[in-house]
Amino acid sequence: MSPTATDTPGAASAPAVPATMREALNRALDEALAEDPATLVFGEDVGRLGGVFRVTEGLQRRHGEHRVFDTPLAEAAIAGMSVGLAMNGWRPVPELQFDGFAYPAMDQIVNQIARMNYRSRGAAPMPVTVRIPSFGGIQAPEHHGESLEAVFAHVPGLKVAAPSDAPDAYRLLLQSVRCDDPVVFLEPKARYWDRSPSPAGAGPVEDAAVGTSRVVRPGRHATLVAWGAMVHRCLQAAEAAAEDGVELEVVDLRWLKPIDAAGLAESVGRTRRAVVVHEAPLTAGLGGEVSALITEGAFSRLAAPVQRVAGFDVVYPAGPLEPQYLPTVDRILFAVQRTFE
Amino acid sequence: MLTREEAPRLDGDPALPAESARRLYRTMLTARLLDTEAVALQRQGVFPAYVSLRGQEAAQVGSAAAMDARRDFAFPTYREMAVALALGVDMAGYMASHRALWHGGLYDPMAARFAPVNAVVGGPVPHAVGWALGEKLAGRSGCAVSYFGDGASSEGDVHEAMNLAGVMGAPVVFVCQNNQWALSVPNERQIAGGSVAARAAGYGMPGVAVDGDDVAAVYTAVREALERARSGDGPSLVEALTYRAAPHSTSDDTSRYRDPDEERAWAERDPLPRARAALEAAGHADAAFFEQAEAECRAEAERIRDTVSAAPEPPGSDLFAHVYREPTEELARQRRVWQEEVA
Ligand SMILES: Cc1ncc(C[n+]2csc(CCOP(=O)(O)OP(=O)(O)O)c2C)c(N)n1
Ligand SMILES: [Mg+2]
Repeated sequence: MSPTATDTPGAASAPAVPATMREALNRALDEALAEDPATLVFGEDVGRLGGVFRVTEGLQRRHGEHRVFDTPLAEAAIAGMSVGLAMNGWRPVPELQFDGFAYPAMDQIVNQIARMNYRSRGAAPMPVTVRIPSFGGIQAPEHHGESLEAVFAHVPGLKVAAPSDAPDAYRLLLQSVRCDDPVVFLEPKARYWDRSPSPAGAGPVEDAAVGTSRVVRPGRHATLVAWGAMVHRCLQAAEAAAEDGVELEVVDLRWLKPIDAAGLAESVGRTRRAVVVHEAPLTAGLGGEVSALITEGAFSRLAAPVQRVAGFDVVYPAGPLEPQYLPTVDRILFAVQRTFE
Repeated sequence: MLTREEAPRLDGDPALPAESARRLYRTMLTARLLDTEAVALQRQGVFPAYVSLRGQEAAQVGSAAAMDARRDFAFPTYREMAVALALGVDMAGYMASHRALWHGGLYDPMAARFAPVNAVVGGPVPHAVGWALGEKLAGRSGCAVSYFGDGASSEGDVHEAMNLAGVMGAPVVFVCQNNQWALSVPNERQIAGGSVAARAAGYGMPGVAVDGDDVAAVYTAVREALERARSGDGPSLVEALTYRAAPHSTSDDTSRYRDPDEERAWAERDPLPRARAALEAAGHADAAFFEQAEAECRAEAERIRDTVSAAPEPPGSDLFAHVYREPTEELARQRRVWQEEVA
């Protein structure tokens, strides 16, 4: 686990990471395009429009239409062409416009991108970063609020990342693009515009090394584990608990594959209690995996069974019901309470 | 393939007697007025978002009017409000989808013969083929009408569905509303070869491109395609050339990608004045008709607006409704958690 980072000396010379995740991701893509002429950014509406969330804004103008381009509306082809591009020396960073529309690309991601390195015995690596605006919280239409991390994490050959704040989104995305394995990069769209300062500060890119988690709030009574927008929700819960003298540690998992098992064991080894929180439905969600890793790594230290607070096993609901679907601060605190019973 | 010039005209088509022509106009007008109300509801915060069909009234009403609402079945995307209206769907129930009361809308899709609103581009196209094949297998005479856009025409699902329909001889009509734009992407960057209709040949079916802003032209082309399907001659593709006069959705900003002159030029082809002019030229309607139509259509649009605005929000317990026909123990347990910790 990386230390709770503070602003590193020397970082002063580099321009500060932008305040919002949308801008931070934009900066990371800009730098990735600048540092490696093999990097390509493409997808639906990412060129001229700059993406529906404006994450790719200005990139086409700066790096040219041959390196940042709009594709036809065809997710299977967007993912599938990444395989051929990678086999021909390019470093594709395709965008799938929304979580729910990753499904039409699934065959190419699972059967092709994830396996080509294996199939070729390492001769054809897949340095592909599939960016997907993900998760809920913005009262969007159907298929615009899905959490697919467990689906991707289950696939051998894929790595999966999900940032929770602007500085870390910058680090994780650069790390992902530089990674020679395929990374599915899940961006919490509910956090794109948020300006609250990163609780962990802005550390160097190296701090995002694949598979490291980070403590975003230290505490000693129980550990909350989350990723994406739920990290913020957990910080709110920790804030509320602090008023009652309960000190909750919040671990931002960041890498959902590989998962930082050692980091989890270390934190829970200290706090002896754990609650894992995610937006995705409970059953077969990543919370089960996290719970198992904690149990395996810190069994003798655990004072109570690991608790899971997740979305319900229902179709992600339309607008007005969204707040009742997503884990609430109350549900997180109830779960913490259960670890003390 | 029919060119714009060759297409039949509202004022000259014997298949469109005066009464039908007037009905089409009134449906188009109601759609336009309701669409305008819906955009206003989004501005007022009643709808979280809305997708306008402005500019596509002729393509939608003309195609839907060619259907036999008792035995055919329409498979819409998210933009077919005027198809719903023309088929007699409960419009407050339809608009409930835009108010985010229920994803698929709150009308009964089976009774309405209009499938739930579907936001997956290309996703519903194979459904139409399956439904049509079901009719054929059962020896019934219904046809499916599959709606999709120019952007959707790039999706694998759409190509697979068209080929399958061709191979199976499914009684389905593919209606592509080519409104020139798929969000920010124009036709030139979407459709290699420039024509969706031309692709039909590769799938062994007839394909026509019609002036999608001429309600009679659309009506005639779709009626012919439906007759072909009904008489056992299999699928067809009709590409209605039209224009998305509004932004992609209320969240969109067209100034980032299209020339405002193009939007202004659209006024020339606005299907509503065109239908009105055709009715006048044919002597099918006079000033009194248009005045009355305006008042009645406006009243209808306002009634739908008020009904959907006043509809109750779903209770939280609806989270757990309809996930299964035979609910599981585990889901019942989660419902209790919701009751105790959230409700
Ligand atoms: C499979 C899928 N990919 C992406 C999207 C996001 N999206 C919604 S509408 C749209 C453009 C669709 O264009 P077109 O098919 O021409 O229909 P129109 O919106 O013009 O009616 C896009 C990219 C989606 N809804 N579904
Ligand atoms: Mg279109």
